[in-house]
Amino acid sequence: MPVVMDADRMGRTLARIAHEILERNRGVDELALVGIRTRGVPLARRLARAIFEINGHDVPTGALDITLYRDDLMRHAVGPQPLIRKTEIPFSIDDKRILLVDDVLYTGRTIRAALDALIDFGRPKAIQLIVMVDRGHRELPIKADYVGKNLPTSLSQSVQVHLQEIDGRDEVEIQES
Amino acid sequence: MKKDLLSINDLTRDDIYLILDTAEAMREVGERPIKKVPTLRGRTIVNLFYEPSTRTRTSFEIAEKRLSADTLNIAVATSSVLKGETLVDTALNIEAMAPDMIVLRHASSGAGHLLSRICRSRIINAGDGMHEHPTQALLDAFTIREHKKRLDGLKVAIVGDLLHSRVLRSNVLLLTTLGACVWVSGPATLVPRGLDQLGIRVTTSVDEAVVDADVIMMLRIQQERMQGAYFPSIREYFTTFGMTRERVARAKPDVIIMHPGPMNRGVEIASDVADGPYSVILQQVANGVAVRMAVLYLLAGEPEVAD
Repeated sequence: MPVVMDADRMGRTLARIAHEILERNRGVDELALVGIRTRGVPLARRLARAIFEINGHDVPTGALDITLYRDDLMRHAVGPQPLIRKTEIPFSIDDKRILLVDDVLYTGRTIRAALDALIDFGRPKAIQLIVMVDRGHRELPIKADYVGKNLPTSLSQSVQVHLQEIDGRDEVEIQES
Repeated sequence: MKKDLLSINDLTRDDIYLILDTAEAMREVGERPIKKVPTLRGRTIVNLFYEPSTRTRTSFEIAEKRLSADTLNIAVATSSVLKGETLVDTALNIEAMAPDMIVLRHASSGAGHLLSRICRSRIINAGDGMHEHPTQALLDAFTIREHKKRLDGLKVAIVGDLLHSRVLRSNVLLLTTLGACVWVSGPATLVPRGLDQLGIRVTTSVDEAVVDADVIMMLRIQQERMQGAYFPSIREYFTTFGMTRERVARAKPDVIIMHPGPMNRGVEIASDVADGPYSVILQQVANGVAVRMAVLYLLAGEPEVAD
């Protein structure tokens, strides 16, 4: 299983994205981070910390579970229902610039569900997408605004982002399945 | 999860925790500006109620709507049942219109089991006679866990009409499965035979039942189901079994008081207890929606195949 990103590289990538966010968005007051469960959440927290280290500003951070919005949920019921975890967005998203964070961008269907979910919480001024890895193979017209690493893959491969908070190590690896 | 939810016995311990955890996430949906998610879009749910109900029917309907299911309510008072149609015929006719789920409330114990055998639709028991009311027990457990952070090892005193209560049966099955210590108390005439076989303590002394209780759960005196004289008078019942502030004082200082509703104030519960600081009665109602959303969502998956 080739490792394509180690802990050191991941740390520098997040720092770079934090700088890009500040470069693209004048006025941090309007910014808020929303991580998509599961691994988007710790990534969003780390970006909030990185932004704080740069300019001392606390960017509000939330967690979004998109299970209830999945487009494959009720199409063909196979096996038990996926587990639903709590969505926690403890601030109003109205007129905010929402930075949506996920680990891997693939078909785009998760992001489609996340956009639908976010719109139910209010009317943000803008939504920007941050992903650690873009592995291609989009099935919907969705594009990331900030990408940690573009990773050309084949459909038979799978990309795993491991994070300290959940998996005990920081690493991105490609697996042949 | 099995195909239907007829009894707490249909659920394993893990199923119960899965429902309670899912309900935590569902509750958040009810706190949003737009209290609706598209999860059950295109599913049809029929609420078939043969008995009067405000709370349960409203709660199911709100839960269904928050999940975007198409719902319709059949209140027997305005249906062909009055023209003499049997439950089976009514169910088969509804079934012919291909709903995905039927939520059934019926005065006869086992009505849900009967429909379960003849219907392809998922059946959810919303109260069958004197048998069970599983979603009530689940929302009670959810409310207890919210306050006590756990269920195992808690002392739960259930007081009132033990004979006619489906809420009692579902709660006893659920609470004992999760390791709570259950005491029940009521007039000897309203204690069904064999109740002590369920792994609970039975006493006719309310004062004994509530000592050091973490939770006091009151049951309604169900006069509509009482043909005989089970106790001399309402006043005497209240004196001997009614929940008063003096009795609440025997429980733990952080006791919570529950009631599945509708309450008979001054019969099983004093008004100052029902409205007092320990009362979580309205929280039970609020939690009912989240718990029913969880049940509807989880039952919409593929049922486990029986071995």
